[in-house]
Amino acid sequence: MRGLSPALITAIVLVAGFAACAVQFPNIASTRVVGNLLTDNAFLGIVAVGMTFVIISGGIDLSVGSVIGFTTVFVALAIERWGVPPLVAFVAILVLSAAFGAAMGAVIHVFDLPPFIVTLAGMFLARGASFLLSTESVPITAPIYSTVSDFALRMPGGGRLTAIAIIMLVIVTGGVLLLHLTRFGANVYALGGSRATASLMGVAVGKMTVKIYMLSSLLAGIAGIVFSFYTSAGYSLSAVGVELDTIAAVVIGGTLLTGGQGSVIGTFLGVLIQGLIQTYINFDGTLSSWWTKIATGVLLFAFIALQQGLVALARRPATKRLGAAT
Amino acid sequence: MTALLPRRGLAQILALIVILAVDRVVSPQFFDLRLQDGRLFGSLIDVLNRGTPVALLSLGMVLVIATRGIDLSVGAVMAICGAIAASLADSHGLPVVLAAALGAGLVCGLWNGFLVAVLGMQPIVATLILMVAGRGIAQLITEGRIVTFSSPDLVWLGNGSVLGLPVPVVIALGMLILTGAVVRGSALGLLIEATGGNARASELAGVGTRAMILSVYVWCGVCAALAGVIAAADIMGADANNAGLWLELDAILAVVIGGTSLFGGRFSLVLAVFGALIIQTMNTGILLSGYPPEFNLLVKAVVVLAVLLLQSPKLSGVAGIAARLRRTKA
Repeated sequence: MRGLSPALITAIVLVAGFAACAVQFPNIASTRVVGNLLTDNAFLGIVAVGMTFVIISGGIDLSVGSVIGFTTVFVALAIERWGVPPLVAFVAILVLSAAFGAAMGAVIHVFDLPPFIVTLAGMFLARGASFLLSTESVPITAPIYSTVSDFALRMPGGGRLTAIAIIMLVIVTGGVLLLHLTRFGANVYALGGSRATASLMGVAVGKMTVKIYMLSSLLAGIAGIVFSFYTSAGYSLSAVGVELDTIAAVVIGGTLLTGGQGSVIGTFLGVLIQGLIQTYINFDGTLSSWWTKIATGVLLFAFIALQQGLVALARRPATKRLGAAT
Repeated sequence: MTALLPRRGLAQILALIVILAVDRVVSPQFFDLRLQDGRLFGSLIDVLNRGTPVALLSLGMVLVIATRGIDLSVGAVMAICGAIAASLADSHGLPVVLAAALGAGLVCGLWNGFLVAVLGMQPIVATLILMVAGRGIAQLITEGRIVTFSSPDLVWLGNGSVLGLPVPVVIALGMLILTGAVVRGSALGLLIEATGGNARASELAGVGTRAMILSVYVWCGVCAALAGVIAAADIMGADANNAGLWLELDAILAVVIGGTSLFGGRFSLVLAVFGALIIQTMNTGILLSGYPPEFNLLVKAVVVLAVLLLQSPKLSGVAGIAARLRRTKA
């Protein structure tokens, strides 16, 4: 289980933060609040799993927010205007978003371009396409939506574990298994460590790049569907800037942005920390929402500085040996 | 002037001419200029005026990218500095307002530069911090409201005119000449390119790479501050949520269109500004043609992809693609 020790620090921060919040507002420590926390951040948690794979492999995916936006609009229009059965619409959008991610991965690999700028183009493309479909918010009234929204497992203490929270937990678990227990996961780490070395060791770098970005966009598509369940509408401006929240969650979760290290569990904890900050601000009532951004920024800095220190410590003996050899 | 305008700008100039020609077809009055109240009016002037913030951002961004860096925070810095300028405008004189806003930009740049040059963080990560937190700080300054002001001095910065040209255009031109004179009139430009080309080799050759990296981020912050002040002066208010939103992406796009590689090394200030003008000419053209402005994003995406493919290190023409496909299959 590589890369788990930074996740441990994230876990400590989360527990300490939760305890501090609970001391100030005892009501926070209830399954009701925890259930809401999971529901409100379900889409973020799902998309962050994909981003973790991308970042561990040494890339970045800026297009996820736009893919979520496109998905909500596409699903809403397909169900409400074009009369497509919801499940068919879901399958169609998932195929579409997976193909979109695969195309980005292929461009990155074949033309040897920086992922940052390719996925930036993807972000423009997906957002522009959703504007083309519709610029207004389209409400979804299909019966499956109310069924899913009403479904919830009762937790002790009155909390509700909603369907979308369950979907998120399942995907996080799947992500953990995929990253740590499969050859695919090992290859993701190898790619992030060093592309050249991975290639020499026999990893099919091109295929892996395509698959990783496909996974990220596919999960963004699922997150989009979940988001449409959450809001019961499709809107082309939804999830603007989610890519930033996602990257922040991944970094706070202890994944190295240079690639090669990280974990899905850490990312999940990072999502929860962001949700906790939001919950604290809601409970406080006098603090404004912009404090979320500042607090996230401060946390980002603290975690990146910490990683930088750890990396510097890890590298020091290596350079010394190198110096002795020459 | 030869230092400012390299021979490799032909593609960009041709692209601008083609887009201008398309705009002329779409809107027959595109090239009409008229003088009214001592000021020029017309679509061309409008393109220059609207293109000013991105042009200013790209001036700083091109230097950062030349050192193999990137600055994602410029949009947030614009919001911070616009907020500062707007909140001080009605109680202080223009010099104080400008000094405060530009000073804030300088501090933001110093912060980014410190993270990248001294702590050795990856530029994307380092500037991401300010990108996320900066908009929060801007909202803290405006207390979440849209701060409006009526100070005629600051309004003049956004809406006045000098010799018939809008003030923002004159400022951008002045910054271009100033930046060009500093980096190309001395060895600085060469040293920046050396840093981006190979930081380690330059360090060994005696280039102060840390100082170079630090100073380009500071300059980028100052340019962003100026853009923020102009954007605030233009709408006579500061909107912390929307000022400079996504403009960092436009600035990066302008630099890339201007032919500066994201892998660092050679750069051109004039072509970066050309890139900003190309983007704005497209935007204005789409608006004039009556298509919904949403088309902008799609057109931009296609342009980014086209420029990227042309720049691709692994690709020189169609033969390159064919050879590469064969190799991947084998």
